[in-house]
Amino acid sequence: MTKFIDLTLNGISTGAIYAAVALALVLIWRSTRVVNFAQGSMLMFTTFIASAVISSSGSYVLGFVVALAAGFVLGAVVERVIVRPVENAPPLNPVILTLGLYTLIVAIAGMIWGNTPRSFPAAFSLRGYTVGGTTLLFTPNDTFIVVVVIAVAAALAFLFRATSLGLRMRGAAFAPEVARLLGVRVGRMLTLGWALAAMVGSLAGVLVAPSVFLGPNSFDPILIIGFVAAVLGGLDSPPGAVVGGIVLGLALSYVSGYEGASLVPLAALVILVIVLMLRPTGLFSATKERRV
Amino acid sequence: MSTRALAVFRGSTLLRSLTIVVVAGVVLYLISGSLDSYRNLQLAYGGYYFCVLAGLTVLAGASGQISLGQGAFMAVGAYTFCKLNAPPVAWSVFPSLVGAVVATVLVGIPVGAAASRLRGPYLAGATLAFAVGLPALADKFPTFLGGENGLSVNPPTPPPWLGANFPLERWEACIACAGALVVVFVLYNLTHGAIGRSWRAVRDDEIAASLAGLRVGRRQALAFVVSAGCAGLGGGLLAAVLQLTSPGAFPLQLSLTLLAGVVIGGLGSLVGAVWGAALLVFLPNWTTDLASSFSLSTNVSHNLPIAIYGLVLIGAMLVWPSGIQGGLRALGTAVAPAIAPAWGRRRAASESATGEAEGGGAASEPSTGEAEGSRTTPAPSAGGAERADDEGVKASRP
Repeated sequence: MTKFIDLTLNGISTGAIYAAVALALVLIWRSTRVVNFAQGSMLMFTTFIASAVISSSGSYVLGFVVALAAGFVLGAVVERVIVRPVENAPPLNPVILTLGLYTLIVAIAGMIWGNTPRSFPAAFSLRGYTVGGTTLLFTPNDTFIVVVVIAVAAALAFLFRATSLGLRMRGAAFAPEVARLLGVRVGRMLTLGWALAAMVGSLAGVLVAPSVFLGPNSFDPILIIGFVAAVLGGLDSPPGAVVGGIVLGLALSYVSGYEGASLVPLAALVILVIVLMLRPTGLFSATKERRV
Repeated sequence: MSTRALAVFRGSTLLRSLTIVVVAGVVLYLISGSLDSYRNLQLAYGGYYFCVLAGLTVLAGASGQISLGQGAFMAVGAYTFCKLNAPPVAWSVFPSLVGAVVATVLVGIPVGAAASRLRGPYLAGATLAFAVGLPALADKFPTFLGGENGLSVNPPTPPPWLGANFPLERWEACIACAGALVVVFVLYNLTHGAIGRSWRAVRDDEIAASLAGLRVGRRQALAFVVSAGCAGLGGGLLAAVLQLTSPGAFPLQLSLTLLAGVVIGGLGSLVGAVWGAALLVFLPNWTTDLASSFSLSTNVSHNLPIAIYGLVLIGAMLVWPSGIQGGLRALGTAVAPAIAPAWGRRRAASESATGEAEGGGAASEPSTGEAEGSRTTPAPSAGGAERADDEGVKASRP
């Protein structure tokens, strides 16, 4: 029973991280109809930057802020320079392009920082809470992760639903021609969407790094699982991405706890296939038409 | 040759493919005789890379699907080969290779059936998860699949009729090239026949193809299974050449490298797969030489090939979507009339008559884009139909 509670709590905190990655993918998919397969390597790169800042300045907060800022800039640059030319191309082009970007960023990180994984500091203690004499697997750092992700999701919801900027971004994503006629700078909104998404992604990188170590390839499973979470919730729905992330976090935590950690990517694959077979547009998507 | 015999030769795909395979086989055998053992080993690497790339290029170019899971199919082939070739079963090399293909096809059938229902990024994501997830099975069954250390087999022994001192590396090159030629024979006949035509019909316009009576899902699943079988053969050959297979040999990077090889060769072109295989074999050597001559650090030299694959993928999508073979073909069409006017005219006529029969037709050729009018976005493979439907979805959204 204790194990079940531990796995549940652990699932919620890893699920929050998957939710952040899924959110990053969903934001980009909504605005530009591109699945950003480079997201895993982009958040790896910004986490390396954070690691360098933390080890040279000794301040976790500074590293955290620099990582988010770097993610924002990286997302904007990638959209403007690399993705913009293929935005109206057939769907395979952006897929191949972002995979190429993934490969390139992994190689550059390997050139700069080497391929040996290194440790990354956590924001808060990694010693579990003690309740009635038993130590839980849930730590103050896990609380931090959950709170930060919920705060970011709430801030994004506020941005998109309650501000004029959010309205313009939604307009640019869903009806570019009409938005352009109404005076919205569509291109700038798309760039901003990518920048915000990459910032959310870099947040996920900093949060997950203490538990997986930091290396050029160590975030590959996170990207796959984030993609599965995004599809689970429906690629079009930010609330779906958050719920999909938490649900997937719980499911994979049970798989990892009861069957072994090596099966986690395979379990994610099985869940993905089942979801795509039963509800190809995801659990939370409202649209009914089949995407061909 | 008389005109009549020439006409029969031009009309029969089987005859043409047999001639290509026999000529290429003799040439490769003679070449391998003049190579030293290291070059022969590289020829063997090229052979198994070609098998995988040819399957992937037909999948992406002819049927418009993408698979990032070819590395996982290679793993299935390699592990099956090792299980069949090693002592308890101890089949010889060629039956083991057949077994590897059969096993991969059996795995490919359910994956292909699932893939035929997915499109674009969904398909890419699912096959990506397949590539990351499958090698982990080796850890789950450490006694049967050897865990992290993998499985090993004995080196293949050259048959006695080749002479007593036939070098091992040359025999390995012969095995790998034989596999590659089988792949050429099968894929050439498939893509130039009714099946290839139906693949291209499905790729260009699913709705029109199904109205014409084609079962779209089955055609796509078939293409997927064929490419899986080619990858399985490539994996089996890899195990035969390296005498070793382990989960570490099939990382996600391998699947992306294969994609880069196909894209630079030119999607849909079997000759392009040769260029891609050559790139995959020689690039690591070139970058190592480059790094040592500029005395770069090991971090840089290890990651340089990967960086180049990434640049190739990005650059190809932005600048040159038709790859090397597309460039050569464009050069050929531009130059041919000047050199041999009559030949150029006949070639142009036969091409316009048979549509895209030549090389499976990467969609970079203008014909696929025509349906959509004047849009000039480069289309590497997916073809015009998906573009139109994508627009339809966008338009129908509120």
